Amino acid sequence: MKIVNPAKAGSLESNDIFIMVFPNEKGIEIELESIVIKQFGKKIRKVIEDTLKELEVENVKVIAKDRGALDYTIKARVETAIRRAM
Amino acid sequence: MKLRRTMLFMPGNNPGMIQNAPILGADSIILDLEDAVSLDEKDAARLLVKNALETLDFTGCEVVVRINSIKSDFGYDDLNVIARVKPDAILVPKATEEDIEEIDEILSTIEREEKFKLGSIKLIPLVETALGLENIRETILASKRNIAVLLGAEDLTADMGIKRTREGNEIFYARSKVASVCRAFKIDAIDTPFADVNDIEGLIEDTKRAKAIGMTGKAAINPRQIDYIHDVFSPTMEEIMYAKRVLHAKEEALREGKGVFSLDGKMVDAPVIQRAENIIMKAKLAGIIRE
Repeated sequence: MKIVNPAKAGSLESNDIFIMVFPNEKGIEIELESIVIKQFGKKIRKVIEDTLKELEVENVKVIAKDRGALDYTIKARVETAIRRAM
Repeated sequence: MKLRRTMLFMPGNNPGMIQNAPILGADSIILDLEDAVSLDEKDAARLLVKNALETLDFTGCEVVVRINSIKSDFGYDDLNVIARVKPDAILVPKATEEDIEEIDEILSTIEREEKFKLGSIKLIPLVETALGLENIRETILASKRNIAVLLGAEDLTADMGIKRTREGNEIFYARSKVASVCRAFKIDAIDTPFADVNDIEGLIEDTKRAKAIGMTGKAAINPRQIDYIHDVFSPTMEEIMYAKRVLHAKEEALREGKGVFSLDGKMVDAPVIQRAENIIMKAKLAGIIRE
């Protein structure tokens, strides 16, 4: 799946995550900001990577601002942003 | 038999509310993709609810998803995405006989593709127009998946050009019709939500009025409303004790070979026994009694 436009999904409310995606020729880049980055940073990054993999997206820059989202929310917001960017 | 005393509406695009939904105590929760979601967030809510159904544990709580009208730009996608993660039921807004027939067919196709048991995803038509109310019998008969009807009084009164009041006299006919037809087809009749979440007294009175007419449950729009609605729809201790005495007297009469018997000087016949059995079953389902 190739993305052609910048797009965003989610919100900055608690339990949510705000995702922005941009086309990126350098492959996958993830910039993460989270209120729980010390405890869950690696985990959140992995959920984002796995979702991109599942959607077969290879060239994308993701900026994620997390407000304590659970995995199901992270996955849903990444997928929404990617579909909006196509 | 499943208790549906409360069906709590939850906005489908709010992760915090969705993940708390199973612990709020409602018999059913309705994850809403329709009115609670703005037009530019329909895609996001659909995927959020889909992922929630795949991931979260809703044990003990019936999960219903209100899709957008099948005639709108979103309804088909809602159904196609949500049915594949197997909610207990789909709530169909402004349901008509044709809508229910079409949705039934789409669900059958999805169930076959996903290898779900045929007919396992149920339907709840939402009656919220004058035409919907008058055609309720046909709408119920349009699918065997129908397990309840939910009355939406705000849209109904808007459609009829009449004012919605705290007392609710304007929806007496609608409630009576929904309750009567639902009873005829042995499905649940769910009353419209009470809109003022701060008016607890009004909520209790409104719920009692609905119950007196024959509604079997009520939609809620705030978790604070759940306990009050449950109190009205659950059997009281007095009712349970009387029901137990009726059933005990019935057993004794059977042992003595009596067909008809009396309790406290009143004749007990089949409808009284039936009511007593229903009360005991409801009390067990509500966790009020164990044995």
